[in-house]
Amino acid sequence: MRKIWDIHGGVHPPENKAQSLGRGIEPAGIPPQLIHPLSQHIGAPAAPVVEVGQRVLKGQMIAEAKGFVSVPVHAASSGTVVAIELREIPHPSGLSAPCVVIDTDGKDEWIDHSGVDDYSALDKPALLNLIRDAGIAGMGGAGFPSAVKLSTRDDAKIDTLIINGTECEPYITADDILMRERADQIIAGVKVLQHLIQPSEQTLIGVEDNKAEGIAALRAAAEGSSIEVVVFPTKYPSGGEKQLIQILTGREVPSGGLPADVGIVCQNIGTCVAIHRAVTHGEPLISRVTTVTGDACSAPGNFEVLLGTPVDYLLNLGGFHKEQCIRLVMGGPMMGFTLKDTSVPVVKTTNCLLAPTKKELPPPPPAQACIRCGMCAEACPASLLPQQMYWFARGKEYEKLEDHNLFDCIECGACSYACPSNIPLVQYYRASKSEIRKQQQEKVKSEHAKARFEARKERIEREDAEKEARRKARQEAAKKKATAGLDPVAAAQQKAAASDAGKDPAQAAIEKAMAKRSGNAPEESDDEKRARLQKAVTTAEKRLESASTKLEEARASDAANLGALQTAFDRMTEKLGQAKEELAQFLSAESQQTETQNNAADPAQAAIARAQAARASAAEQSPLEKAQQLVASLEKRLEKSEQKLQEAKAAGSDTADVLEKSTTTLRDKLESARGELAQRSDSEAPTEAVAATTDPAQLAIEKAMAAREAAANMSADEKAKKALESLESRVKKTREKLAEAEAGGADTVDVLRDTLAKLEEKLAAARDTAS
Amino acid sequence: MFELISQHPFIAALASLAVLGLAFGSLLGFAAVKFKTEGDPIADQVESLLPQTQCGQCGYPGCRPYAEAIAEGDAINKCPPGGEATINALADLLDVEALPLDAEEAAVPSVAYIREDECIGCTKCIQACPVDAIVGAAKHMHTVVASECTGCDLCVEPCPVDCIDMIPLPTTVQNWSWELPTPAEKAVEKVTGDDLIATDRTGAKRDQAA
Repeated sequence: MRKIWDIHGGVHPPENKAQSLGRGIEPAGIPPQLIHPLSQHIGAPAAPVVEVGQRVLKGQMIAEAKGFVSVPVHAASSGTVVAIELREIPHPSGLSAPCVVIDTDGKDEWIDHSGVDDYSALDKPALLNLIRDAGIAGMGGAGFPSAVKLSTRDDAKIDTLIINGTECEPYITADDILMRERADQIIAGVKVLQHLIQPSEQTLIGVEDNKAEGIAALRAAAEGSSIEVVVFPTKYPSGGEKQLIQILTGREVPSGGLPADVGIVCQNIGTCVAIHRAVTHGEPLISRVTTVTGDACSAPGNFEVLLGTPVDYLLNLGGFHKEQCIRLVMGGPMMGFTLKDTSVPVVKTTNCLLAPTKKELPPPPPAQACIRCGMCAEACPASLLPQQMYWFARGKEYEKLEDHNLFDCIECGACSYACPSNIPLVQYYRASKSEIRKQQQEKVKSEHAKARFEARKERIEREDAEKEARRKARQEAAKKKATAGLDPVAAAQQKAAASDAGKDPAQAAIEKAMAKRSGNAPEESDDEKRARLQKAVTTAEKRLESASTKLEEARASDAANLGALQTAFDRMTEKLGQAKEELAQFLSAESQQTETQNNAADPAQAAIARAQAARASAAEQSPLEKAQQLVASLEKRLEKSEQKLQEAKAAGSDTADVLEKSTTTLRDKLESARGELAQRSDSEAPTEAVAATTDPAQLAIEKAMAAREAAANMSADEKAKKALESLESRVKKTREKLAEAEAGGADTVDVLRDTLAKLEEKLAAARDTAS
Repeated sequence: MFELISQHPFIAALASLAVLGLAFGSLLGFAAVKFKTEGDPIADQVESLLPQTQCGQCGYPGCRPYAEAIAEGDAINKCPPGGEATINALADLLDVEALPLDAEEAAVPSVAYIREDECIGCTKCIQACPVDAIVGAAKHMHTVVASECTGCDLCVEPCPVDCIDMIPLPTTVQNWSWELPTPAEKAVEKVTGDDLIATDRTGAKRDQAA
């Protein structure tokens, strides 16, 4: 004989099971309307896959599982979907939930289905999928998805499979009648589970000793298999999963743990039948055995009822007398809940409909004060301290409740049953449990909200910082601009002049020529202009320098505003070039002016000045530092040459000699400069030769020198001839330019025409003198 | 030296006390620097109890500032979304007396809803939302992401066309909870309006009365 353990506590309420066992399982038939709630299980509600107006067949899936802990819902009979709407569902709250409503057509037409011939050929995932797709959820009462419960981890070794046939709650006989009439199906289902779980030690069916007939039938069916039917004394609540495990194996499931933690898997007898039908016949869970009992029913009994059948339809079969019934209970008298409406449907977990009379189940008398008698603690099957938890629950001391293992309470109601003061203890625990869960959810939600709030705060701060940085940069730029050019109008004019000069060399040349011809000096004060231009160049250089350092920094840190800095840098380089060009131009103009004043037009000097201006503009294209150095040296040289000219002016009478001297010095200087330049380009670029030859300044200087030397050796006639030739070439060039300008539609056309006319006049005059 | 100490016990006592004071003082000073607490641990704990709706109904711009204010000694009863539960928790934590809520009534958990036909797309509510739970763009319809909404109703005020409603969260089967029964003493008073005697348990008295 197998050893049976005892559980702590427990009570012995009147069983009242005989009433409903008078007849066998009777088919309840097809009600005119079926209501399928989408959530008949613990976990996520299923999602409907049918539409209103669609015809569905018996066993057709009408809602699919959403998520892991979820099961699908199937139509219990053929018919038409008439609504997918909120309907009152069997729930202690009496609330409504989404349901698929089907008007049956009475044909009870099955969808194509077929079972598995040899389930032992299927592997575990395939079998679990089959069970899940059949919509099977625990039929003992809680309705936990069976596939989830059966999908034990591989590392958790299961040694014992326990089938729960205890049915300890009074009045309910649904499992008892199953054992009596369908023991073979139960055993077949258990064998499927054995194959699925592969318990290493034993497979037990636990049954209370008040079901003699069922035990006999089960033992007969289990003959020759490894399944053992274990009988133990009747006591409420032996049927609780943890309690049954303790009774059969002596092992206690740890607090907050699962049976798998102690190597056990537990399933209800009704679930075994459903699994058997799903695997062998391919039938999803669309019906169950439900007990209809209570003194308010004249024909109590067990009915094979389609899921979704309205409760009032089923009650009518049981001979329900509404006027006698004090309250309609779904489930048993200990753990069931009162139904507010009889239109709610039978669901997967509905094991009993209890319609008691007032005499049979009087309303609970008013609760009295707790006298701390401790009878509840003696009755508690989970070895908790109900009276203690009662006080904590009243005081809403949730932390202490948790410390007293409130969540190990199985809500069996034994404490309330035992309480001499009729305190509805279980209500307190249920309320506290839901409150604690609510608080936990709120905690999670508040953490989430906090994270989002902080993310937003951070984002706003970052944006503000960026805005501030941009604002500062703009301010800085404005300040610099103010220091660079005190008068913005003058700066703009300067810029315009520079861009004009830079853009159109032809026009610049014309202007120069005109100035030369008219012999008029520029009207501005030269010293002032020079000072201003030089200042502009130096400030531009400074800005460029700072821009380049910034750019370097940005490059080093790989900043986002690199592009903008690069553009700014380019612009500054351009500006510097313009400023330099302007300066050079001014200086050359100055030297020309000196020449005209001096009446000693030295083409060499002019050419040098022009060449320097040109080179300055050319230098713009070469790297920055090089250009700066070049310009600086050029400026120096130019200053020196100016000094020479001044000296020449001072000497007055014999300009040729003095100029000769000055040009010799200049030539020396240029030689050295050329050498320097050559060296630099030598060290910097392989295109040295090209650079040397393409340097327009050098070329122009050389040309000018040659021209000057030739002029020195020329006679008056030859000079005139040469002048004539040069004039002719100039006229020709100007004509070409005019043609170009006309073709391009440039605004210089008029000026060019004017120049051409003047040049032609000059040419005519020169021809006269030559002839 | 030894002689000096033995002959002048008063000086010896003073000296030893001074040395001890110095030693322990420096030890304390070192410990204060070494084990310096970062941030405000009390404010952190208080903040963890606040509901994080960031509604500002307490008069502070968010839950963190209010938590800091509570740590500085502000009243604990200024949080309508938290209600009584939060006040009790705060009273527990800070060991102060739980005060009644400093508002007409505790806020009902609700969620903002934009009547989309009326929304003009001004983005004002988007800027007001402390948890970025409103999506939309300028001149386009906005909508509230209900799962992220904390029900702080900060978006209601800025809406120029008053198209935002605060809808109380409906009770569903998922969030429904059992109610705590009325405690025995009060229940008795409610039923009988009188003290209960032992025979009442069977309901005899009430039956007679009825």
